[in-house]
Amino acid sequence: MVDLAFLLVTFFMLTASFRQVEPVVIEAPSSIAEDLLPENVVQVTIDKDGRAFFGMSGFEVRKNTLRQIAEEFSLKLDEDHYQKFAGMNMFGVDTRQLPQYLMLSESERENLGSKGIPYDSTNNQLKTWIDLGRREAAKEYQRLKEEAKERNRPFKDDGLRYAIKADGKAPYDKVKAVIQIFKDLNIYRFNMITNVEEEPKI
Amino acid sequence: MAELNAGGGAGHGKHEKKRAKKLSTRVDMTPLVDLAFLLLTFFVLTATFNKPKVMDLNFPYDKEDANDVKSEVRNGITLIASGNDKLYYYSGGLDKDPKLTEISYKADGLRKLLLERNAEVVSQIKALGEKAQKTKMADTTFKREVVKIQSFPDALVVLIKNDDKAVYKNIIDIVDELNITKVGRFVVVDELDPKEKLMLEQIKTNP
Repeated sequence: MVDLAFLLVTFFMLTASFRQVEPVVIEAPSSIAEDLLPENVVQVTIDKDGRAFFGMSGFEVRKNTLRQIAEEFSLKLDEDHYQKFAGMNMFGVDTRQLPQYLMLSESERENLGSKGIPYDSTNNQLKTWIDLGRREAAKEYQRLKEEAKERNRPFKDDGLRYAIKADGKAPYDKVKAVIQIFKDLNIYRFNMITNVEEEPKI
Repeated sequence: MAELNAGGGAGHGKHEKKRAKKLSTRVDMTPLVDLAFLLLTFFVLTATFNKPKVMDLNFPYDKEDANDVKSEVRNGITLIASGNDKLYYYSGGLDKDPKLTEISYKADGLRKLLLERNAEVVSQIKALGEKAQKTKMADTTFKREVVKIQSFPDALVVLIKNDDKAVYKNIIDIVDELNITKVGRFVVVDELDPKEKLMLEQIKTNP
């Protein structure tokens, strides 16, 4: 029994992914939805003041996206920056400040705070992030698919999904603006992240 | 496993008498097991609650004009969310000069209204659910049948609108109520019609 208990402990310890420190606290509204968040996502988070944060899954995909971004915004980055960025699940600073921000420690980042990624019509950095992010995700998807085919392995087909996590108190016109960005990129289907609530009997 | 067999047991006579007392070498495993189970419980609990739940939401293509669809809708409601958690609704098309009415987000407000207006669909889905349990219908078949019932011509169609004062929670609450009351056809529309703006102004100044 003790053996078994320790076996299980080891198993759960190894499979558990630790929650990372998020730059903002979001109190999502609740719904009866029970679907799980897909593995492969581009996620935009909107806090109650309407600040936008960007995140996506996949270590390699994040690195490649940052490479494209660095080119787009002519940022000077080294391998250290890429490593730091790959380990970060979400960020919300102006892209031009990103190199400095990446080199800060976790507590320093917390003290600095996040102003959010700009997404107004004159400076729509969020759109660039989403667009480049989904391109890199699509490339990675193709690569994995070919690799699976070559090795004759089954390929788990989970295409890229777009998740939006917004604070219940976020003004809807801010959320609308973010959704409009997605619509401009021909994306109309979203997964809204909500807290679980019991389905009432009707 | 945890016991050590000390002493050969082959000693005889004088040697054995010199030893003071044979100490038990069994280790007490209770604290160890306690700790193991504590950790186990911790990891099990954190692992299952880690993954967030999502609600699927589709938005209309920009090219599609929501007002075009409206004319052929037989059973339609337009909900308008506003600031301070206020919600208003009117039935039918705008061309028939509908009356805007305030309604609450609570179960006796919005949900009651939707259930009344969507009663046919709700009862059919309930019947289908019972049938599905009896005949052990496949999940995908069940879902397909539900969609079929929901797109029935007399089924309720809902337009969700807002004047830019609403918060995100309002919209999610509405969509959630629609999911609870099995309304399959609804759409979140961004812009208010000038006529709707006027109606909102009126009801706010003079409720």
